[in-house]
Amino acid sequence: MTGITVRAPAQAGISQAIARVVARIGDRIPFFLAAAALALSLSLPYWHMTLLAPQYPGGLRVWISLTKLTGDVQEVNGLNHYIGMMKLEDAAPFERAIAPYGVLALALVALLAGLLRRRWTALLAILVVIFPLVFVADLQYWLWYFGHHLDPHAALSSAIRPFTPPVFGTGRVGQFVVETRFDSGLYLAVLAAASALVGIIARLRGPAQRG
Amino acid sequence: MAERQDRPPSSIGQRKVSRRGLLGTAAGLSAGALLASCSVFQRKEETPKLGASADEIIKARQLTPEDVTAALMTYVPSGKYDEYLMFSSTGHGGQVLVHGLPSMRLLKVIAVFTPEPWQGYGYGGYTNEVLEGGYFHGKPILWGDTHHPALSETNGEYDGEFLFINDKANGRVAVIDLRDFETKQIVKNPLLVNEHGGCFVTPNTEYVLEADQYSVPLGGVYAPITEYKEKYRGVLTFWKFDRQKGRIVPEQSFAIETPPYWHDLADAGKGPSHGWAFWNSINTELAIPGIAEGRPALEIATTQRDMDYLHVVNWKKAEEVIAAGKYEEINGFKVIRMDVAAKEGVLFLIPEPKSPHGVDVTPGGDYIVVAGKLDPHVTVYSFAKIQQAIQAGQWDTDEYGIPVLPFEQCVEAQVELGLGPLHTQFDDQGYAYTSLFLDSAVAKWALGKPYRDDGWKLVEKLPVQYNIGHLAAVEGDTTKPAGRFLVAHNKWSVDRYASLGPLLPQNAQLVSIAPNQPMRVLYDCPIGIGEPHYAQIIKRERIKSWEIYPEVGWNPHTQSTDPNAVLKVGEERIERRGKTVEIWGVLLRSQIRPDLIEVEQGDEVIWHLTNIERAKDATHGFALGGYNINLSLEPGETQTIRFKADIPGTFPFYCTEFCSALHLEMMGYFLVKPT
Repeated sequence: MTGITVRAPAQAGISQAIARVVARIGDRIPFFLAAAALALSLSLPYWHMTLLAPQYPGGLRVWISLTKLTGDVQEVNGLNHYIGMMKLEDAAPFERAIAPYGVLALALVALLAGLLRRRWTALLAILVVIFPLVFVADLQYWLWYFGHHLDPHAALSSAIRPFTPPVFGTGRVGQFVVETRFDSGLYLAVLAAASALVGIIARLRGPAQRG
Repeated sequence: MAERQDRPPSSIGQRKVSRRGLLGTAAGLSAGALLASCSVFQRKEETPKLGASADEIIKARQLTPEDVTAALMTYVPSGKYDEYLMFSSTGHGGQVLVHGLPSMRLLKVIAVFTPEPWQGYGYGGYTNEVLEGGYFHGKPILWGDTHHPALSETNGEYDGEFLFINDKANGRVAVIDLRDFETKQIVKNPLLVNEHGGCFVTPNTEYVLEADQYSVPLGGVYAPITEYKEKYRGVLTFWKFDRQKGRIVPEQSFAIETPPYWHDLADAGKGPSHGWAFWNSINTELAIPGIAEGRPALEIATTQRDMDYLHVVNWKKAEEVIAAGKYEEINGFKVIRMDVAAKEGVLFLIPEPKSPHGVDVTPGGDYIVVAGKLDPHVTVYSFAKIQQAIQAGQWDTDEYGIPVLPFEQCVEAQVELGLGPLHTQFDDQGYAYTSLFLDSAVAKWALGKPYRDDGWKLVEKLPVQYNIGHLAAVEGDTTKPAGRFLVAHNKWSVDRYASLGPLLPQNAQLVSIAPNQPMRVLYDCPIGIGEPHYAQIIKRERIKSWEIYPEVGWNPHTQSTDPNAVLKVGEERIERRGKTVEIWGVLLRSQIRPDLIEVEQGDEVIWHLTNIERAKDATHGFALGGYNINLSLEPGETQTIRFKADIPGTFPFYCTEFCSALHLEMMGYFLVKPT
């Protein structure tokens, strides 16, 4: 499919260059790309953490994807029970239940925006743009929730106060070095968001469409 | 019990520690909690200082250049693995040892015929059933005399899947599964009482060979010693091994009856000699004891003849004879009678210099090397010549009608090595290595063609300390020996170690057999828990053992999931049915659930226990003092114990394997109410 020519302003500059790129890409391909990236992200982890300690030479790892938890979940849960932390699989039950459908729906929205060259489809695709932010915000909420809902009867309950782990960082904590990192699924979602944004700009700047 | 310092969360033993320390132990989502206050973790690499300080150490310890070379050849740095694993018997210790080479570090003791508490072997659970498999007429036999370990083979090479080991004292064979290094089966040979010629496997582990040593009437029934010639018999056994099941199958196994010669060591043919097996023998004099009755001592009476008999067995032919139904069942075991074996071409004898010990087939399967023991030679038989002699059909028979092939027609060479040759191993350069018991030495000699052009010649002798029995070179009895090292298993250590009382450790010496260099002793390894006889050394990477059991609820006896496993915390339960109390329990750091069991005196207790851990090394023990119950439950393992609660009282049970900072709290109470 050929791109729509955007009438470039006379003066040279960055905005002109962007406009030229956008014009070349067009207002369909970015949405298709976003749809594909979102669909692919469903099978990939969005976030992971790595725990390194002397007695775990290879480290412990937990990957969080939209549909499942993988890695050393049981071991991490086992360690966490000493401070009365909830089990990882009990986090975000509602979000995890709807996540596959929600992300699939977002992919369909992007697909629709690619197929139907209307303004409203492009505007609907704003949901794709904000999705990664929503994910990170929700993850941070649950990290706060876990850190603030410790079982007071746990072996170490008397010695620990509520805390909020950050979603992204590296720290040395006791004998553990803990790294929390975004993972490929989330990067794909970010790619989808950026791509959708390009598509939206192209659509809005293009020849007037009905709707 | 020594406290391990490396179990998480180790710091929680100290209450009121800092918040940072606690978070560290908590891990998980607490992860980056203190990111703001934490620096990025950095590992500092320090370059070790060499040179001057090494010289100082050498001087201070008065090491020779040879010592330093030996140290460099054998030292395995902290955290690094050995290249090879050696499986050795422990004689009447009844177990198997696993050493790493070249460090000679003892890595594991595998419990086989003797109960072993650390592994929970023989103190409740399925391991009791394994031991019961080896009971003799129902009588518990809780030790063994292990002699010859045999690693399973594929195409004549070790495949690292199974290990077999014999018990000379009670005529038994055990199967060890190398996925978890645990004994899975003990079979009692129903035809014999005492054995020696096992375990040796055929090139694809079709069979595990085992033969009697001291003849008895078949089945070990009573017969007067004066009827030795008529009633006593030898037994060459071919135990069928089912690799899928990981078990010996007695119903598909068979044996060949022989005259009552005492069989010694054995080996299976390979390559051109595949389908054949070889045993040598002593006491073809058919001497019997009775010093008080005026008979000469056995050591005299059994060494009168100049020649004994090498037994040559066509086991492929024996399979056909069995398939044709030409066998008898004795004690439920298929036996080819010796007249049938002779007639059908299953069994032949060849004279061999008297009182031989080892019989070892060369890597190519073309020669059979018999070590003389009382003869300074090794005698090398050619398999091709043996076949020609059989084809020629010119033979005498012994007094039992077994064909005796002419010695001269079968022998390729005799090589004079020294006094007391016992056992022979091979390397990848065409050399053979034979232990010389009386000379206390290892003889290196060259094989003839096709191995070497300068063959059938003694090359070198290396003194070892002292009285060497077996020796083992790296994969030195397979079709592809790997060379580099051999281990001399010396019977006496005399002055090699500090005095430890009158029972001295055995001395296993690591010897370098590097090509184009003189042999040299690199390391002395004391063996303080038994007397190793034979050993086999395998490349480490051939063994693919499990780090944890494959699934939670794994029954190591069936090597599958156990229907009585509890897979999750909270699913543990207790059921009472009349006088039976059945418990489905679970172990994890740091709980045994359920932790309170109340029964009535006389109740039958069935207790299933599952370690649901998935972390490597997170083993839990389960000890119930007073009831002689002690299990080792490795990550994922399920075991079932059954006992009668016949002693009333209060019995704490607990985890014996230091598992976590709250390990001491990992306990419960078993209350037996008096009736």
